[in-house]
Amino acid sequence: MYVAVKGGERAIDNAHALLAEKRRGDTSVAELSVAQIREQLSLAVNRVMAEGSLFDPDLAALAIKQAQGDLIEAIFLIRAYRTTLPRFGSSRPIDTGQMSCVRRVSATFKDAPGGQVLGPTFDYTHRLLDFKLMADGEVPEAETAPPRTEPTPHIMDFLNTEGLIEEEEAHDEIPPDLTRAPLELPADRPLRLQSLTRGDEGFILGMAYSTQRGYARNHAFVGELRIGTVPVEMEIPELGFAIEIGEIEVSECETVNQFKGSKTEPPQFTRGYGLIFGQSERKAISMALVDRALRWKELGEDDVGAPAQNEEFVLYHADNIQATGFLEHIKLPHYVDFQAELELVRKMRAEAQTGLQEAAE
Amino acid sequence: MNDTARKNDRKTWMSLLAKAPSDRLAALWSEAGYAPEHSFLRAPEQGAVMVQGRTGATGAPFNLGEMTVTRCAAKLADGTVGHGYVQGRDKAKAVTAALIDALMQTDRASEVRAAILTPLACEAQRAAEVKAAKAAATKVEFFTLVRGED
Repeated sequence: MYVAVKGGERAIDNAHALLAEKRRGDTSVAELSVAQIREQLSLAVNRVMAEGSLFDPDLAALAIKQAQGDLIEAIFLIRAYRTTLPRFGSSRPIDTGQMSCVRRVSATFKDAPGGQVLGPTFDYTHRLLDFKLMADGEVPEAETAPPRTEPTPHIMDFLNTEGLIEEEEAHDEIPPDLTRAPLELPADRPLRLQSLTRGDEGFILGMAYSTQRGYARNHAFVGELRIGTVPVEMEIPELGFAIEIGEIEVSECETVNQFKGSKTEPPQFTRGYGLIFGQSERKAISMALVDRALRWKELGEDDVGAPAQNEEFVLYHADNIQATGFLEHIKLPHYVDFQAELELVRKMRAEAQTGLQEAAE
Repeated sequence: MNDTARKNDRKTWMSLLAKAPSDRLAALWSEAGYAPEHSFLRAPEQGAVMVQGRTGATGAPFNLGEMTVTRCAAKLADGTVGHGYVQGRDKAKAVTAALIDALMQTDRASEVRAAILTPLACEAQRAAEVKAAKAAATKVEFFTLVRGED
């Protein structure tokens, strides 16, 4: 138990001043601007937006600068900031079918209509350090080709028309929101997806990997992975119609998973789904695998006791701000608490000592 | 112009203003030199909007996370009311968007369109084309090789 302590004000102020100096580092090296972080460390910015649950690249870059590059600390800053904002409302669900894709690949269909577009990817790089970047390297302009004008429909739609994949039924129920009401179990799929999309990338990746290694294996194929921008539409009450209030970048992953069929369903493929703010495909794929594993009950599958099937285990441990808050608090003063433990151990030892002496006599 | 067309037109310009880069909108606004007298029905205010996605892209809505939005409502001297809802936290941008929305409902609409909306729309179009062209250069054709397994 944590008991409040008093005092130490000057030491705390000095510690924060020291932190500020450490953050700045060697003053003979130019200072980083927030714009530089936003533009040149964009994948870190994306992670902070996704797990901080707030799409605002400038704020995420500022948080990274303030947190000295500690991304979980940066996410903490964003989470704290977003609680100060009044909420104007909810958007209409974004239509990822209308995405302007910069990347779109399928591991299941070679000749997907709309084509396979690699976009800015680390795939097929050799993972060798590029020492040119240490020098002041000029970047050559990227090549261009005539823009594709054909629509890029979701690849899953093709399986859907044949009835080979489970139907995803559209409806417009108001989804639960774990930022407004505590996460309660059992959680329905919309609540699980909200928890996964803001969950820690490392944790979700580890959970997803465990399913690949055999803990509730679900044989996932990446049916489609797409990254790009979508407009966000919101109904404006004072106007009586919807307008686009902005545009966001998202990563989306749809997996195709084996399913033997059940008493009520014929053999068909099933789906896992991942949708993340920004360019974050590792997280999007991980999210889709974990989403699929958590769906065992609604698909009538067996509970094989795997961690990734355990909704309580996954959802209650996915949030890195909750986790780090509880974990890091144990370093704060616990003097009173520990004093009580100390007394108890001393008393027990004394009793044990007397017991031994009595037995020996 | 009937009601639906007018509504769609307004929806288009409001959407364009919401997504416009702050610095470009500010530059075009000051170049055009408009300074209409106005009062605020709603002073510029920063806030958040919860963005929704759908399970499996087409299923039930779920909450993806919030985005920052700034809004404002302004009334011109002649009583015309304009609304600004813009992405991000720039209050000046929200005010400019509200004033443009108001002016677009007056008889100055065509000059405002020519001075501000058309250039913004062209620039947005060009930026989207450049992005699409760069992505198109990375379009790939995969060939499946026959494995010699004998």
